[in-house]
Amino acid sequence: MMNVGLFIPCYVNQFYPNAAKATLELLQKSGVNVTYPVNQTCCGQPMANSGFEYLSKGCNDLFIENFSSFDYIVGPSASCVLHIKEHLHSDTDEEQATKIRAKVYELVEFLTDIIKIEKLDASFPHKVGLHHSCHGLRGLYLSQMSELNAPPFSKPQYLLNMVKGLEQIKLDRLDECCGFGGTFCVAEEAVSVKMGKDRVTDHSKNGAEYITSSDLSCLMHLEGILHRNKSNVKVIHIAEILNATT
Amino acid sequence: MSQTKTKDHAALAGAFIKDEERVNWHDGALWYIREKRDLAVKQIPEWEQLREAASMIKSNVISNLHQYLLQFEDNLKKNGIIVHWADSAEEHNEIVYAILKVKEINQMVKSKSMLTEECHLNEYLEERGIEVINSDLGEYIQQIDNEPPSHIVLPCIHKRKEEIGELFHEHLGTEKGLSDPTLLTRVARKHLRNIFLTRRAALTGVNFAVAETGEYVVCTNEGNADMGAHLSEVQIASMGLEKLIPQKKHLGVFLRLLARSATGQPITIYSSHYKKPRKGQEMHLILVDAGRTRQLGRKDFRDSLKCIKCGSCMNTCPVYRKSGGLSYHNTISGPIGAILAPNLDMKRHADLPFASTLCGSCSNVCPVKINIHDQLYKWRQVIVKEGYAANTKTLGMKTMAWTLSSPANFRKAGKAGRWFLQNIPFVVNNPFNPWYRQRDMPEGPKESFAEWFVKNEIKKQ
Repeated sequence: MMNVGLFIPCYVNQFYPNAAKATLELLQKSGVNVTYPVNQTCCGQPMANSGFEYLSKGCNDLFIENFSSFDYIVGPSASCVLHIKEHLHSDTDEEQATKIRAKVYELVEFLTDIIKIEKLDASFPHKVGLHHSCHGLRGLYLSQMSELNAPPFSKPQYLLNMVKGLEQIKLDRLDECCGFGGTFCVAEEAVSVKMGKDRVTDHSKNGAEYITSSDLSCLMHLEGILHRNKSNVKVIHIAEILNATT
Repeated sequence: MSQTKTKDHAALAGAFIKDEERVNWHDGALWYIREKRDLAVKQIPEWEQLREAASMIKSNVISNLHQYLLQFEDNLKKNGIIVHWADSAEEHNEIVYAILKVKEINQMVKSKSMLTEECHLNEYLEERGIEVINSDLGEYIQQIDNEPPSHIVLPCIHKRKEEIGELFHEHLGTEKGLSDPTLLTRVARKHLRNIFLTRRAALTGVNFAVAETGEYVVCTNEGNADMGAHLSEVQIASMGLEKLIPQKKHLGVFLRLLARSATGQPITIYSSHYKKPRKGQEMHLILVDAGRTRQLGRKDFRDSLKCIKCGSCMNTCPVYRKSGGLSYHNTISGPIGAILAPNLDMKRHADLPFASTLCGSCSNVCPVKINIHDQLYKWRQVIVKEGYAANTKTLGMKTMAWTLSSPANFRKAGKAGRWFLQNIPFVVNNPFNPWYRQRDMPEGPKESFAEWFVKNEIKKQ
């Protein structure tokens, strides 16, 4: 049986434990041996994206220590996974860092590309808008990017199509950024919020009850705006939909 | 029109966003162009191959710039064009002034040239008694409003037609309240026609310069470059060193990419080739470095010199669409401006690489496949290392890194959840926090996943 290390990003651990539990359960159901290394903290992206990549060495070494023994590393956050994939390096063990960069997967792509899942026992009878996180889309290629002249595909959509009762709504702008952007969300507050408001409007005017994504950072930002404006639209991580049995 | 920087991008964008209706309209106008671009490129089955070809041709150019420049100079001279080399913006301006002075010319018409905007040529010449009129309509509007262009292809895209009507009323004597674009354009056309007829000197930019033939190509929709050039006694072209392409046949790649990327048109209305002076005419070409060779020496950023100035990265950039080009306080705005500007003045433009969510849409529309968003990330590292980050930010980052680097520190910092509430900026629940101004914080659950896991899953094992 393949050994999978469960990578739960720091803010998901703290604020969205249900998404983490759903990820754990989905992986367990798919027949892999899942372990959660309890000493994990953070991938280092908050420092690196702010220009302080040199300060993320400690996080890098800790990540290597926690995860080098697994066949695969799977996390429910495209952004954190992409950061590891692109920027994990080590002064002391670059060989392990290189191996990890190649075996770290975001949950959706792990289910479609490695497990090659064909059916799901899930039901979610709601209208759902799919928000493509930019790191998932343009970094991990979870779906085709609207800018390119290339054949369409979508790994999250492929999985959502297996969920009973789920109706996916159409958006005016298929894959526009929500404006979270890490520390951008506070450093450029005005732009960040305006971008978020416009994404939320696209979903709500097209009838979404839920906005889902493979990135909770986008959803946390959109949720903050929805909540402030007393909207009925809710956010939910894709793992919770794929694991929903009611 | 000098661009004095008093505020950073975030502050300037914040001011622009206050008028939400204007932002929605600005965003919509640029998104419409992005959609036109998508339709146009999807009609070309080989679009992605064309981008790749263009990128590789430009790689060849910037890797062999020295030889191509010498070849180009040689052919220009054979064609009877007088060649000048300018190391800096100042030197460029001095050369233009010297050319005009010899001929005792004190009025010049200019077609759109971002390079001369970058060099602040208009101000330089005006200080020396030479009047310059920008003949591109959008640029002309910006000039009479004493504002720099906000977009390299659509210079006044941030202005509404009513504001333009007001400017025309003030400067060209149109009826107050007139804002019909067709009528306004007719007035501008009549006014500019007189300018074209009376100016002895015309300056144009250069879109593509062909090393093999010593000719250059200027692309416009209004024909203003042609009108100026054809009626002039002295024709000047200013170009950045990177505008070269090796051979004429390569135009077949670049002309197909340029207008589709810029506006969704198959080709610009005019693609004019200039090769030799008319009888009695004098032609000058100025090759300008102004920081380009310095950028060429930066391994991570040299590919930015492939840019053909189509503006598609601006149209697709959600940050640009919501914040307006002027918030970038640099002649070239948007994502490409944010990777070019720090090379010119790192301290002044230290904020620009941070004016992005790194969404990556810019790199995907770029017709020469510049990895714009990767370069934004890399500029951030350089800017921090060079010491241009605020001290408070550095301290905060160091604390965060120290805590997150070790599970022991993380635990010592107290219950992890409490640490998060105190240290991660977007969850500090008070009105002084930028997260909280317009967004609620996530509702903290009773227990973290880790706590739940230790209680439930580890027991099971």
